[in-house]
Amino acid sequence: MTEIGSLASEPLFGLPLPELWFALLFFIFAMFLFLDGFDFGVGILFATRDDEHEQEQLLAAVGPFWDGNEVWLVVFGGTLFAAFPAVYANLFSRYYLLMFAILAALGFRGLAPEMYEEREDTQWRRFWGYAFIIGSTTTPFLLGMFVMNWLLGASALISLQGVLAGLAVVALTVVDGAAFLGLKTRGALRDDARTYGVRAAIGYLVLTGLTLGLVYSTTPSLRPSFQSPAIVGLVLLTGGLVAGYILAFRTQRYHLTFVIAAGLVFALVTLLAGLMFPVVDRAAELTIRDAIISTLPLNLMTIMASVLLPLVFGYFVVLYSAFSGPIESEETYR
Amino acid sequence: MVDPVIASRLQFAITTIVHIIFPVMSMGLAPFLIYFTWKEVRSEQPIYEQLRRFWTRIFAVSFVVGTVTGLVLEFEFGTNFAAFSTTAGELFGGPLALEGMMAFMLEATFLGIFVFGRERVSDRLYFLSSIAVGLGTWLSAVWILIANSWMQTPRGFEVVVENGHRVVKLTDPLAAYLNPRFPYMFVHMQNSAVESVALFMAGVAAYYVFRHHVWGYPIEHIGFWEKTLKIALVALLITAPLQVLHGDAYARHVYETQPQKFAAMEAVWETESYVPEYIVAFPTDVNDLLDPRTKDLFGIGIPGGASWLASGGDPQATIRGLESFDTQAPPVAIVFWAFRIMVALGFWFILLAFWGAYRWWRGELFEDDLLHKALMGSSLLGFVAVEVGWIVTEVGRQPWVIQGVMKTEAGVSPGLTGAEATFTLLGFVTGYALLLGLYTYVVSRLIRAGPPADEDLQSSADSTATESEVTTSD
Repeated sequence: MTEIGSLASEPLFGLPLPELWFALLFFIFAMFLFLDGFDFGVGILFATRDDEHEQEQLLAAVGPFWDGNEVWLVVFGGTLFAAFPAVYANLFSRYYLLMFAILAALGFRGLAPEMYEEREDTQWRRFWGYAFIIGSTTTPFLLGMFVMNWLLGASALISLQGVLAGLAVVALTVVDGAAFLGLKTRGALRDDARTYGVRAAIGYLVLTGLTLGLVYSTTPSLRPSFQSPAIVGLVLLTGGLVAGYILAFRTQRYHLTFVIAAGLVFALVTLLAGLMFPVVDRAAELTIRDAIISTLPLNLMTIMASVLLPLVFGYFVVLYSAFSGPIESEETYR
Repeated sequence: MVDPVIASRLQFAITTIVHIIFPVMSMGLAPFLIYFTWKEVRSEQPIYEQLRRFWTRIFAVSFVVGTVTGLVLEFEFGTNFAAFSTTAGELFGGPLALEGMMAFMLEATFLGIFVFGRERVSDRLYFLSSIAVGLGTWLSAVWILIANSWMQTPRGFEVVVENGHRVVKLTDPLAAYLNPRFPYMFVHMQNSAVESVALFMAGVAAYYVFRHHVWGYPIEHIGFWEKTLKIALVALLITAPLQVLHGDAYARHVYETQPQKFAAMEAVWETESYVPEYIVAFPTDVNDLLDPRTKDLFGIGIPGGASWLASGGDPQATIRGLESFDTQAPPVAIVFWAFRIMVALGFWFILLAFWGAYRWWRGELFEDDLLHKALMGSSLLGFVAVEVGWIVTEVGRQPWVIQGVMKTEAGVSPGLTGAEATFTLLGFVTGYALLLGLYTYVVSRLIRAGPPADEDLQSSADSTATESEVTTSD
């Protein structure tokens, strides 16, 4: 048990593990928001189609991916629990009703595509079509509210900042979803995706600006973080990425558009983590180092994660290359 | 308003009782799907493609509903049992995170290929993805049962006080994660999942075989159902006897490590030796109905049976009675009856397996209408056995959430109000009832629709060539 003994006393290779796990936590969240984000975006854009064949194509576009994408949320929950259990417990019990609303919304989004394909009749499809749209819209909205509450350490469930943040995240998922459809569709679907994507990108920029402005003016304790060059840089980067997104979409460079959409998501999540750092639970006044688990399990988790996460990336490469390219016209969701 | 502690416990009970159905379905189907896929890729007999495609549909629906309900479960530790999560998070959170990273990721990503990718990937990758999906479902169970078994027989930790909270600190990971209960739980759980699915398959297939061979209805794809019935019977013949064998070892292990739970299973109030194993027991007074071992008891029992089971062969062995523990007994009647139902079902499944095997050997498998009726009637009983088994495990360990370390009532979120908890409880009762109804409806539709028609099968000839010509028009 000597190896275990040394694992118990010192952080692995002397690394700043609490900070690394904070970064990993937000990285996982960003992966979820980027990957499942395009599923949500496609679900929202589902509302713009009334042709059944086009609806089927949208479902077929996300069909093979969304299960895997959603797992990033499960891993996010697990990672928060494993590395910062007190924060996990505080956050989820503090925003109790909001958490259940998120779960209900995710439930609708998850069931809808599967159910939609089970029956051919119009009524049934209309119902599950709505369920898909509602689930795909409310989930990112509520997640935005949750994250804003987390950042501010808010005691109330609903605030203006939270609503604005929710709307911004909804716009971001449309930006993401439209970029994904740029890769996966052709013809009218792709042209419309471009139009909606550009509008959503402008909307996202406006909403993010408003949200950040409001948070800056109402939360003095966060002001010093706002003034750090990294945060200012991220805000500027977001503006630049939105411009790049619009340009790339207009010039029909769809792969580039998709990469920029990913960049926007990662910029937002980095901004969030940067504003929060080094606090991880403002309401309970816990910093990263207060809330982190003890050295032995942290070292073990680090070893496990550094083996497993590269594997997970491998699975995603296999999956995304198996289903690369635009969906074929007879492909359906089943 | 319901008390937040009671509401949280009820809510957790409901969410687990509903959730377990879907992982049992996917864990149990996994080995069958791997087998079907292997035969499909190797032999190219259309029947295996039919089997694979038919049962994959049911797997996919179960997976979706399982994800929806499982996500709830993961988050409920934080929402309703925040005090438990804060105290035990260091030990308990790790397995949950690893379940996500190691198991669920594998299952969910390769499920995309397995469900949508038959025409997109090579046979080899397709077969590998069936293994990846199956491995994912089983690895999920590994991590979840590591977490659960640690709560039953906790090892490898110490309790320290940090900022006024009692916190569990991991000291010996091997002792904690390879704790004594884990192997019993894992073997019993996985075998029961395969057994439950085998029973389900057998019941569904028996319905069609019965209508065709006994009642003379013309049934499309009768060969498909005959094959399903045979495969299911083989699986049942393997799993049913095993389930009772390691169940017996498991019960002995409970006697050694959780004597209070064992006493509740047998409803032993006073410490005694030569304790009988009651097959049935009823109080003679109606008011004592919830206490299966009141003094005035009418019961049929095997003398010394419980002692014999507990000790592994000594009918004189002593069983410690519930009265002798410092903590209040778990709800004895629930544990006592749940245990009896589980054991009775276990033996019934063995009987079914041998009955079917005997008829098969005699060449009368498709003619015995009583056997078919028994199989149809038993198609969901595997799931019932799993449910009552978990009730024995989870109700039986009360009042402890972590055996001997933390009581369940102390684990509930401190800030939770009765109004919040009641609201979500009501939401779950209605939502989960609807979800179960929906799942039943969809699965029964799939079963009624039967396997894909022969002309839809891709291995049936040259349709693939013409298809690909149509699709290249961009």
